[in-house]
Amino acid sequence: MAAEWDSAVRRLLLQAEAEAFLVAEADCLDGRDFEAWLAMLTDDVKIWMPIVRNAESGGPVAETTAENFDANWFDEGIETLRQRVKQLATGVHWAEQPPSRTTRMVSNVRLIDIISRDGAATADDPFGDIAALAVRCRFLTYRNRNEDEQDFFIGKRNDTLCRADGGWRLARREVFLDQSVLLAKNLSIFF
Amino acid sequence: MSLNRDFDALVDADNGVISRELFVDRDLYELELDRVFARSWLLVGHAGRIPAPDDFFVSRMGNDSVILTQSRQGEIMVFLNSCPHRGMRVCRFDQGNAALFTCPYHGWSFSTNRERVEVPGQLIGVPRSEEGYSGQLDRVRWGLKRCPNVVNYKGSIWANWDPDAPPLEDYLGDMRRYLDVALDGRDGSPGGSQLLGGVQKWRIRCNWKTVAENFAGDLYHEVSHQSANLAEIGLAKGKGRRDALPLRHAIGFPGLGHGGLAFPPTTEPPLNLSPDYGDAEINAYYAEIHGRKVQNLAGKAHVNLVVGTIFPNMSFHANQPRSLAIVHPISPTEVEMWRMYLVDRDTPARVQDMLRRYYLRYSGPGGMTEADDMENWTQVTLASQGAIGRRQPFNYQLGLGKEAPVDGLAGGVASGSYSEGNARIFYRRWKDLMAAPGPFEAEGDARHGG
Ligand code: FES
Ligand SMILES: [Fe+2]
Repeated sequence: MAAEWDSAVRRLLLQAEAEAFLVAEADCLDGRDFEAWLAMLTDDVKIWMPIVRNAESGGPVAETTAENFDANWFDEGIETLRQRVKQLATGVHWAEQPPSRTTRMVSNVRLIDIISRDGAATADDPFGDIAALAVRCRFLTYRNRNEDEQDFFIGKRNDTLCRADGGWRLARREVFLDQSVLLAKNLSIFF
Repeated sequence: MSLNRDFDALVDADNGVISRELFVDRDLYELELDRVFARSWLLVGHAGRIPAPDDFFVSRMGNDSVILTQSRQGEIMVFLNSCPHRGMRVCRFDQGNAALFTCPYHGWSFSTNRERVEVPGQLIGVPRSEEGYSGQLDRVRWGLKRCPNVVNYKGSIWANWDPDAPPLEDYLGDMRRYLDVALDGRDGSPGGSQLLGGVQKWRIRCNWKTVAENFAGDLYHEVSHQSANLAEIGLAKGKGRRDALPLRHAIGFPGLGHGGLAFPPTTEPPLNLSPDYGDAEINAYYAEIHGRKVQNLAGKAHVNLVVGTIFPNMSFHANQPRSLAIVHPISPTEVEMWRMYLVDRDTPARVQDMLRRYYLRYSGPGGMTEADDMENWTQVTLASQGAIGRRQPFNYQLGLGKEAPVDGLAGGVASGSYSEGNARIFYRRWKDLMAAPGPFEAEGDARHGG
């Protein structure tokens, strides 16, 4: 009984850890602290946002474009993300100058999987035995820029958070935007 | 709608002065659909989207939805995607495979299979045909409306509604040689390109012409892309956003309306534009391609182009990045932009992946170059709608008077690297078409109830 209780509590703690990470990340991006955001990513991070098609259910064409193969909205790693941050810092990236105002809401956070590794929970790192968390959530990102431009980016996300140096880092993100025709003129913000 | 606008006053190309009405006025927009789009060759897609019989790809021509499909007999066809019965959008999937197009509303079905119908698109199934129509419904008359002119040019599919349309080759003129740079292989092999999967589609609140003329050869707006240069997104590490290129020229085709940032024909060996990719395998691949290109083009006049527009609304990038774009009109102040990406056939997986990732960080709404273009286009549109603002003409005088014929290019005119010459050519063509009634305007009266 005690063991079951411990494992349930531990699961709750991990759920809270995952939520806290996602919320802190959203705060970082909404606060335009892009360097701090980059530090929340692993060096081999991958962010993939497929294009969605109106496809017949059960038909021959997949509803989303393929990672690593097709054209997508995004399919990129740390190098490109660093270039994006560098571009934002130039001050002459007109798509974000003046900067967009963004508010990222993250909800429906579910801990899908806990991936263990050889190692032990210690006083230094109570989650030292965990390699990664697979987390699923919904996002609602509101963007407003210039005077009357506004976009709602709404969809689902699958995130993988790695345990590293006593903290969590984003190692992989799949972003499923609920639009086939993108209704925003550009994607100059992070997802 | 007033059909008697003073187009000479709207477009004074000789003096490089063009009215902002072209970019905001609803009547002009409605007229463009009849007089420009209904008689121009429009890019509707790519053969790579419909490789097998019965494959279909839903596209647009002007503000109409159309179905691009390959029949059982291997014929490529384009149909209006609106049911002849009562207008339902017949095909509601972006892409797929269907032996019959069955309308979801009352169930009429249409076939392209010549083994089953006399005329492709003919009505083949009508629920309650005997009971409701005494079996008398004319199945040819009430078939899907078929576009009379469809051409597969090196994989790119073009269509034109006008029964009197000139052949595509005449319409393109020598701009075709520049289009070839995108559609041929990088080694110069004819039609050696293929499409990556996925079409980027997105909405921009601007007039379609703003986009088309931008790609027709506006090198002057390079300042817009300073941040992409500083972020060093190019394939050659630490070298701006694109492969280093010699200074290109605005080359356009008066009378046709096309133009691009391009190089004149030459019989010299082609320049090797490949940067150091920082990867021995990829460098070796490009060296080999270049060797083949030198062989393939030896002694022949050849051209090169970075970016261009084929009048009215198709634009393309021919090197790196390399893509086909269509800017569909949605309203006077809104477009739906489509972008599809090209690579050589048989590109090694590593090279293809490098290119794909580069295209996505350069182009499209998530591209670090194109994102800044869209800010320009939307703000131009917004700032040209005021009562005072819309009465101030645009200045297109850059490079005015520098136009000179290009040796070896039928009808081609160059006007320097920093020039609005191609925009002047574009708007002259626009004016010519707008001043003459469109092919369906007589039917257009009936459209409003006679
Ligand atoms: S609208 Fe298509 S069958 Fe009636
Ligand atoms: Fe641009």
